[in-house]
Amino acid sequence: MPFVHKKSRRLNDILFEGAVYLLCLLIFLSIVYPLYFVIIASVSDSTLVSTGQVTVFPKNISFFGYNEIFKDSRIWTGYSNTILYTVLGTAVNLLFTLPAAYVLSRQEFRARRFLMLTFVITLFFNGGLIPTYLLMKDLHITNTMWVFIFPFCVNVYNLIIARSFFESSLPKELFEAASIDGCSHFKFFMKVALPLSKAVVSVIGLYYLVAHWNDFFTGLIYIRSNDLQPLQIVLRDILLSNQVFSQGAGAGGSAGGYAQQYADQVKYGVIIVSTLPILLVYPFIQKYFDKGVMIGSVKG
Amino acid sequence: MIFPAIVVIFIFNYIPMYGIQLAFRDYDFSKGLTGGAWRGLFYFRQFFESYQFMDLMKNTVAISLATVILSFPAPIILALLINQVRWKRAKKTLQTTVYLPHFISIVVMVGLLNVLLSPNSGVIGHLLTSLGLGDVNLLGSTRTFVPVYVLSEIWQHCGWNSIIYLAALSTVDPQLYDSAKIDGASRWQTIKHVDIPALIPTIIILFVLSMGSVLSTGFEKVFLMQNALNLPVSEVIATYVYKIGIISNQFSYSAAIGLFNTVINFIFLYAMNRIARKSSDISLW
Repeated sequence: MPFVHKKSRRLNDILFEGAVYLLCLLIFLSIVYPLYFVIIASVSDSTLVSTGQVTVFPKNISFFGYNEIFKDSRIWTGYSNTILYTVLGTAVNLLFTLPAAYVLSRQEFRARRFLMLTFVITLFFNGGLIPTYLLMKDLHITNTMWVFIFPFCVNVYNLIIARSFFESSLPKELFEAASIDGCSHFKFFMKVALPLSKAVVSVIGLYYLVAHWNDFFTGLIYIRSNDLQPLQIVLRDILLSNQVFSQGAGAGGSAGGYAQQYADQVKYGVIIVSTLPILLVYPFIQKYFDKGVMIGSVKG
Repeated sequence: MIFPAIVVIFIFNYIPMYGIQLAFRDYDFSKGLTGGAWRGLFYFRQFFESYQFMDLMKNTVAISLATVILSFPAPIILALLINQVRWKRAKKTLQTTVYLPHFISIVVMVGLLNVLLSPNSGVIGHLLTSLGLGDVNLLGSTRTFVPVYVLSEIWQHCGWNSIIYLAALSTVDPQLYDSAKIDGASRWQTIKHVDIPALIPTIIILFVLSMGSVLSTGFEKVFLMQNALNLPVSEVIATYVYKIGIISNQFSYSAAIGLFNTVINFIFLYAMNRIARKSSDISLW
């Protein structure tokens, strides 16, 4: 009897294992296939795509969509604006967040609890859209690039992640030893704390970077001038408002039918062109994820 | 070293809170945020009595609750599943893949939905037609708006949100698994009696946090997914605040609606925290 029981249990476990791998495969495909489809659709003949004949491999390869995209000046303006906002913004973010997180991580800092509380409150309470909007107007930073930088200097969530990391990875004795040798907090932060914290710096750096790159809201609310619009607003025009072609060939024009036929190909291409940079950074930072995210959020 | 951070938090977070008074005043362009005449609850009453109030509430609650109820358990289940994968390479690949969609911007995400779900040229449209379900315009129907919204949320963020549960699972003492095995537990029983109890504290904290944002979820995505056909179910408080305030410049009215939204959020958060503390001793404060 016990023998039979053991055998059926093993059979159960094999079935279980099979189900696990099957489910995982389904999840894997449901995420990879749509992304893969966008890639093949962006280089395939758009008539074949729209009639459902492109499923596994690209057919009648053409780069018409990409040609249109690279000719479009809106994309270039959006791209260069977004790169500027992202690079400058992320640098400012780290400059504001990391020193503050370090200070908040020091037990000997008296106002620590009070300041932490005032920071955390902002996660749950805010003035809402309208008072914030009017404040930006009063500060005269609407319709300038600074509106992408200043209001987001410090993200409290990232601050907490960095603080927890400093707290748990820098033993107390380390600073004591350094201060006997005459090391100030500032020097200790620069020379010891930062080099030991590459994992968390890259993780919150990535968070900030992605947030700037994908920021659509700021452009929507605060920017009126076309020259300052970030990539995401340009993308909205192309992907959702269907303003696919910048030079007149849109629906209704003499080349309307032709343009509409190729509009989708342009859209697929735009999705790839705008998402690629983020996906290229991702693998380099990914190895730090488990560590960085874990430390920050579990203790939060 | 902390001074710059204090200054920006004060300016960009606390001054707008002070500006909330605008909801009780007339906005006076020449006198700034807090100089207008006091109107008391006038703008709140205007909102409660407006014909759109019930629809906005209904839509907001429907979208938020559906999102919380369906997308909250998804990452937990995914983490339990990934945790069961013994083959290291497959596990790594799966993890990398499921994190990926999280980095796609909201605009691109909605753009993806548009091209993939488009009834006459998208893959999913073709799939539905070949399954004999006919031409359904998934994006332009009042019946499918919420399911499409919620499912795409899960598709995009489920993997990323599972990281934290995977982290919690990785701290489980291996001895627990060994002793479960000796006691003759099947894999399924190990999940039930070892893995899930290990996740409970994380689950409760994240649940309380997610309740706090129940009514403010996804302004941007809802806004981008709106079209003339689905507007009856897709207009929510946040998008209405934007339209009334930023587009038609009714600042005080819009601020009042925004404040109403915040207050409801806080009540939700407070209630959930209380329930969590009573039932499990785990709470945010």
